[in-house]
Amino acid sequence: MAIASSTRAPFDRVTLLAAPAVLILCALFLYPFVYGLWLSFAPAAGGALANYHKFFADPFLYGTIATTLWLALPVTILNLVLAVPVAMRVRLMHSQRLLTTILVLPITLGVVLIAQGLLTYLGPQGWFNRALMTLGLVSHPVRLVHDYWGVFLSLFITGFPFTFLLTLSHVSGIDPALEQAAATLGANARQRFFRVILPLLAPGLAIAFCLSFVQAFSVFPSAILLGAPAGPTRVISIAAYQAAFEDFDYSMASAIAMIMGGVQLAIIAAVLGLRGLAYRGPAGGGKG
Amino acid sequence: MARAASFGELRFDRISRSFGTVDALRDVTLTIRKGEFIALLGPSGCGKSTTLNILAGLLPATGGGIWLDERRIDTLRPEERGFGMVFQNYALFPHMNVRRNIGFGLAMRHVSRAEIARRTQEAIALVRLEGHADKLPGQLSGGQQQRVAIARAIVIEPPLVLMDEPLSNLDAKLRLEMRAEIRRIHMSLGATTIYVTHDQEEALSLADRIVVMQAGDVRQVGTPDDLYARPASLDVAEFMGFRNRLSGEIVESDGAGASVRVGAALLRGVAASPLAKGARATLVMRTADLAPAPPDASTVPAIVTAGEFRGDGFVCSGASESGAELWFTSPTRLAIGEAVHLRIDPARARLYPADGA
Amino acid sequence: MRQGRTLSSRLWAAAIWLLVGVFVLNLLAVIATVIVSSLATRWLGTWLPAGWTAQWYASAWSEFQLADVLTTTFEVAFLVVLISGLVGAPAAYALARREFPGKRLVMLLLLTPLLAPPITYGIPLATVLYSAGFAGKLSGVVMANLVPSVPFVVLVLIPFVEQIDPKIEQAARVFGAGTSRLFWHILTPLLAPGVLAALLLVLVRTLAMFELTFLTSGPDSQTLVVALYYAVFAAGVRPEQSINAMAVIFMLTSMVWLFIALRFVNPTQIVARARKTAA
Repeated sequence: MAIASSTRAPFDRVTLLAAPAVLILCALFLYPFVYGLWLSFAPAAGGALANYHKFFADPFLYGTIATTLWLALPVTILNLVLAVPVAMRVRLMHSQRLLTTILVLPITLGVVLIAQGLLTYLGPQGWFNRALMTLGLVSHPVRLVHDYWGVFLSLFITGFPFTFLLTLSHVSGIDPALEQAAATLGANARQRFFRVILPLLAPGLAIAFCLSFVQAFSVFPSAILLGAPAGPTRVISIAAYQAAFEDFDYSMASAIAMIMGGVQLAIIAAVLGLRGLAYRGPAGGGKG
Repeated sequence: MARAASFGELRFDRISRSFGTVDALRDVTLTIRKGEFIALLGPSGCGKSTTLNILAGLLPATGGGIWLDERRIDTLRPEERGFGMVFQNYALFPHMNVRRNIGFGLAMRHVSRAEIARRTQEAIALVRLEGHADKLPGQLSGGQQQRVAIARAIVIEPPLVLMDEPLSNLDAKLRLEMRAEIRRIHMSLGATTIYVTHDQEEALSLADRIVVMQAGDVRQVGTPDDLYARPASLDVAEFMGFRNRLSGEIVESDGAGASVRVGAALLRGVAASPLAKGARATLVMRTADLAPAPPDASTVPAIVTAGEFRGDGFVCSGASESGAELWFTSPTRLAIGEAVHLRIDPARARLYPADGA
Repeated sequence: MRQGRTLSSRLWAAAIWLLVGVFVLNLLAVIATVIVSSLATRWLGTWLPAGWTAQWYASAWSEFQLADVLTTTFEVAFLVVLISGLVGAPAAYALARREFPGKRLVMLLLLTPLLAPPITYGIPLATVLYSAGFAGKLSGVVMANLVPSVPFVVLVLIPFVEQIDPKIEQAARVFGAGTSRLFWHILTPLLAPGVLAALLLVLVRTLAMFELTFLTSGPDSQTLVVALYYAVFAAGVRPEQSINAMAVIFMLTSMVWLFIALRFVNPTQIVARARKTAA
């Protein structure tokens, strides 16, 4: 039969259906990336590593790494730490649809819109500060916009739903009978969570951490609109953007983009490495 | 453990459970003695799993109480009850190896490391899993996973072992093997066991006493013998395999049984409860208790509609004069369309008041 | 599991619901701020504006040339949807049905653009597009947006294809269906719901995709979200209410599609597809 024989063949017409997609990605993703990598080693002046030397010699440039990490890591960890207990609770709800629909809004509306909304909402005259003052928590409006905290909150408001929905899908994948079994064996709620749920959740949480971190690390529009792009929220995206579109130094811009990619890759590799470590030991069953 | 030894009886006192407006369980009252093997038997949706989950603390009852001697336990959380439970899909912790799965309950009880190792090893030997102790559940076959689940439940020496359809995920051969295994483990430990199943053969072969449940009610509690030979009601009889039913009018009733007129025939059966003369009654019997015989006043005429060879004889179906379908055994092959007269074993046929009468 | 019988577990549950409540309240308040401001005559130093008006929508429409921007936005979005559907669906079929050497590399090529942040690959991509003369034009914006969209369609559709039993296709062949009939009568109806869901999600994502469009668009090829960014960036030049009116229009354009998409998919799936394939 045609189908049976063609599955055995190493290459057939059906496989070619993937070709257009592969070609498009090679042309628009792989080639630019390789070109960018090459370009980063071909600076306007100096040797092959001149861009990288320049980046790591100038605190105005290399400082952006710490600035970005100082935003991205706390936000990602906070998101994850809050997402897990909330997901554990929401998983018991019969109808999650309304909540998940509300939470998917900031993800689909995007960071620019949230930034614009937060500019007014968190501003000195905004509802947030008014509410704080009415409740008597502060006497003067808190400065949130055009500062670190504005960007932090915008990353939280778009990042938390993302992390939460990822975590929820992992948590829902754990068989409720496992927790019941642990309970009948004498484990209390804490023990059930730390001995059964968390080890099973850990690989999923590592993935959720990586995806959430990548989003937070590439913070760009909200750092400009809500933050202080010349100071405390001058993140690495801004440095790359300025090199490309203000200095028109594409070589330098590519180098910064590569450094940015490298830092993310390092963090992700570290997290996934930890995940592998946790797994080589006791965990790793087929359930979930 | 001290707790295991110290209980005398477990009492369900009018336990009920409703889901919204639906009653899943109505006023279940039941007493279980130490060391008994009790099967909760019934078709799916009869409330047997609900009963077990309420007992385990996984589901709150909406009414009634459960007492372990003088201690009320239905208000305790599952982890405070100290029972062992075997789940239908085993619910083994996939990230722990066999040893750690089995030792989990002991670790929760803060048993010393050495003690955990010793008792876990004993349990592994009991369920014959030596050599698999360091494997993860995913690397085990269904039957081996089942053994781990059992070992995990009994290693804590619980006063009560709960089993929820533990064999339903196994194939027929393994099911027989594990049935013997469960029986053997129960014999060697003597733990009080409550076993939920929909399979009457399983219940008959394993249990000391069987609790038959239907539609949220306990219909009968009795030994396997009792249940097999003397079902208390028509519903239970039907569930226990009394496949044939004939309806008629009681013409005579005495201590040993009653006679019922079905068409032209006068048939005898054992009455489950006294039946008045003239009352409508239903006579039920198993396939094995109905066979062709020379015609007389106590046989039922029927036309053969089908026959199947069963090695030691034939199982046939026929249509009676009233149109009722009858299943009977025959030592010889019968032709379809052949007229036969069927005799009922009067000592094994049962008489109940007719439905709705 | 049973929950909430002891005091501490009740307190814990209450704390979690409080957290969720505060989050949702703030999120809705942020969105409400935008809407209220867009309808305000003057809103300074009070809880609610002094008066209400719809005039900002008219002024935003003309000031920001929203007719042109919206035309561009939907041209871009529909081209991206069309091309990624045409390219992505066949690729998903091939990847779901066939094993071939290098398949893992192809999957990696598909996954990376979804996991990598757009800025990282967007800057080299924009550089290439500028030197090739596409950047600043509609074509360049469409090309840039294809990079995350094509893999997204493929990865969403692979499970849809996998759940169709290959025996159905074999049966159709046995009953004499040729390749084109197989495609139109068997695969198309079975895959339609998945393709529709995938394309709606691509549409929503493209409308909200800021970075790639921002890096590759010129004055005539801005989508609404980029135009909104410039308006916010230059805040002070125009009245805030006008910017917020534009923001509301942007919200409406994506929310309509989002709610249509949610008829076909669970909200969790919007983010969780990436997890299944990445895990």
